[in-house]
Amino acid sequence: MSQTGAAPLLEIRDLVARVAGQTVLNGITLSVGSGEVHAIMGPNGSGKSTLAYVLAGRPGYEILSGSVRFEGRDLLPLAPEERARAGLFLGFQYPVEIPGVNNAYLLKAALNAARKEHGQPELDAFEFLSLVRTKTKLMQIDESFLGRGVNEGFSGGEKKRNEILQMLVLEPKLALLDETDSGLDIDALKVVANGVNSLRAPGRSVVLVTHYQRLLDYIVPDHVHVLARGRIVRSGDRSLALELERRGYDWVTGQAAA
Amino acid sequence: MSTPDLDALVSRSYQHGFVTDIDSDTVPPGLDESVVRLISRKKGEPQFLLDWRLRALEHWRGMREPHWAHLRYAPIDYEAISYYSAPRQKTDGPKSLADVDPKLLATYDRLGVPLHERARLAGVAVDAVFDSVSVATTFKEKLAAAGVIFCPFSEAVQKHPALIEQYLGTVVPYTDNFYATLNSAVFTDGSFVYVPPGVRCPMELSTYFRINAAKTGQFERTLIIADAGSYVSYLEGCTAPMRDENQLHAAVVELIALDDARIKYSTVQNWYPGDEQGRGGIYNFVTKRGECRGRNSHISWTQVETGSAITWKYPGCILRGENSIGEFYSVATTNHYQQADTGTKMVHIGANSRSTIVSKGISAGHGQNAYRGLVKILPSAHGARNFTQCDSLLMGAQCGAHTFPYVEVRNPTATVEHEASTSRISEDQLFYCLQRGVESEDAVNMIVSGFCRSVFKELPMEFAVEAQNLLAISLEGAVG
Repeated sequence: MSQTGAAPLLEIRDLVARVAGQTVLNGITLSVGSGEVHAIMGPNGSGKSTLAYVLAGRPGYEILSGSVRFEGRDLLPLAPEERARAGLFLGFQYPVEIPGVNNAYLLKAALNAARKEHGQPELDAFEFLSLVRTKTKLMQIDESFLGRGVNEGFSGGEKKRNEILQMLVLEPKLALLDETDSGLDIDALKVVANGVNSLRAPGRSVVLVTHYQRLLDYIVPDHVHVLARGRIVRSGDRSLALELERRGYDWVTGQAAA
Repeated sequence: MSTPDLDALVSRSYQHGFVTDIDSDTVPPGLDESVVRLISRKKGEPQFLLDWRLRALEHWRGMREPHWAHLRYAPIDYEAISYYSAPRQKTDGPKSLADVDPKLLATYDRLGVPLHERARLAGVAVDAVFDSVSVATTFKEKLAAAGVIFCPFSEAVQKHPALIEQYLGTVVPYTDNFYATLNSAVFTDGSFVYVPPGVRCPMELSTYFRINAAKTGQFERTLIIADAGSYVSYLEGCTAPMRDENQLHAAVVELIALDDARIKYSTVQNWYPGDEQGRGGIYNFVTKRGECRGRNSHISWTQVETGSAITWKYPGCILRGENSIGEFYSVATTNHYQQADTGTKMVHIGANSRSTIVSKGISAGHGQNAYRGLVKILPSAHGARNFTQCDSLLMGAQCGAHTFPYVEVRNPTATVEHEASTSRISEDQLFYCLQRGVESEDAVNMIVSGFCRSVFKELPMEFAVEAQNLLAISLEGAVG
């Protein structure tokens, strides 16, 4: 699916995974090239979020077979924090609140953990703040957010914007955004899309997990995949998303069953 | 893939576990009138104090060890305890740091006690207590210039007997409870502070306690008096060397705040908690109480408890003065087989008196953590207010958190609020931090510190850092 010919950033082959005794991914094969934006769509329960969690290494998900390579390296033996520091970022569908933990403190710890791993000097408070300020402006986040507890008392939209802010600061190679558009009004959606688009660059890839075509009006994907019952049942370009919107998921899921 | 396991608990041995080899002048085990007389004689005490001790001993003989707390431990043999132990000195007593046993100073050094220049830079005056006798006191001159008296209790008995006679036992009477009564009979030393009217104490006052000789109960007695319009902040930190046997500690702390005075009392307590199997460790049965005696007086207790095998401790306030304020901020941690039954008592007597209670209990391993609090509003306390927030954090499946709030309201104009919560460090929170690239141990520390934030921010700066480190050490290995 990667059209670039170079080795893909992410290469998933025949991935089968189980959670709570139930097989949720049923042989996923997907390849994401460097600099590409992929959208993964599908009805509820099709395995979209599971795929994101499995890639991020969330405990409780059992890999039965298949392989995942990230920059040519076997991703599956790595701990979640190692995957993160290798450049994999997950934007959560429901970002958790961590009361009393300063938003900026977590973000600085995260950034410096990655910098340390890559042999870069850690940023001091001043350098960090000036970096973050440029990103808060882009995300139209009030600076006072930085001093609040992580997601503590944030509205749904604020939480999503905060996820994108973190992504912009951490500058991952691969961003998995799990329904980042859900619960956003149109203005917030534009801000989020703007943030994601600002990250688009030759060395960076984005996988958007979404239910609705709407987000793709603002973040135009290179590839669109439809997931049903733990399998990619159809892949195409942007027009696939539009067709899905017109005809509904029954169109592809029905085809898969036939 | 490494899976962070919330059930896997435990690790890192107690860092301050070593024993200093110094000759101790120790009386044989057991308690009778002759022991009390001996202690009093060694201290050269005036008659009123000896009489007071003897009355306490007499009263104690008729008392029974209380067993209402949510604690389990083997019976304590009070006849097997030696009630007096003093480090022997080459001269009659140190006149300055140069006269102090170098080994003792080395011990403090290992504990990180800022006795020398560090202390002055930090603005901390240290009254170091080694076993039962104070051996070094610093910054006397600076305090004396402000008129503040800060000295070992035994010295205050000699130099300021009138103050001792006037205030000792007026907040915690010798009849108060089993442990306080025992302390009243046999206490050996401790700290004394008097801040004269209108004086703001020019530095934070600090005492480091350390239990050393085996089988020696420690009975500290601390008395702090803030006269009208004065202010004092007192810091107490504790560490003890690793021992196999349980050691009893039954201290008494009395605080008295007169009109418009404020006392801030902070404790970071790091006594040997016992090993991973629950062997050894300090038994800590402490009575701490402050009285807001004057109008607009204000007493705050802030404690971070990470040590002891057993903690039995309820720092409280008697809010006698009109508009007086009592505060209690507490973080209590239990790991391995530690047990804590701790909380506070707020007794409202004065009109418009206010109290705030914020308690954060953290249980890990097989730790048992109980909050026990009493809010009592007497008929005279018109318009009294209390707010209590009591949160528990569980790490792992074998630990326990318990809450015993008692509320007695005898004035209809009073307002009493109570909020409580129990939560676990959730997989979600942990995974969120890991996904951002943070190491699991750092993530746990971050989450726990966040949980304790509202208490930590009440601590003086240098203590807040120490408290955070202590918490990290005591919970190390709790997850992951």
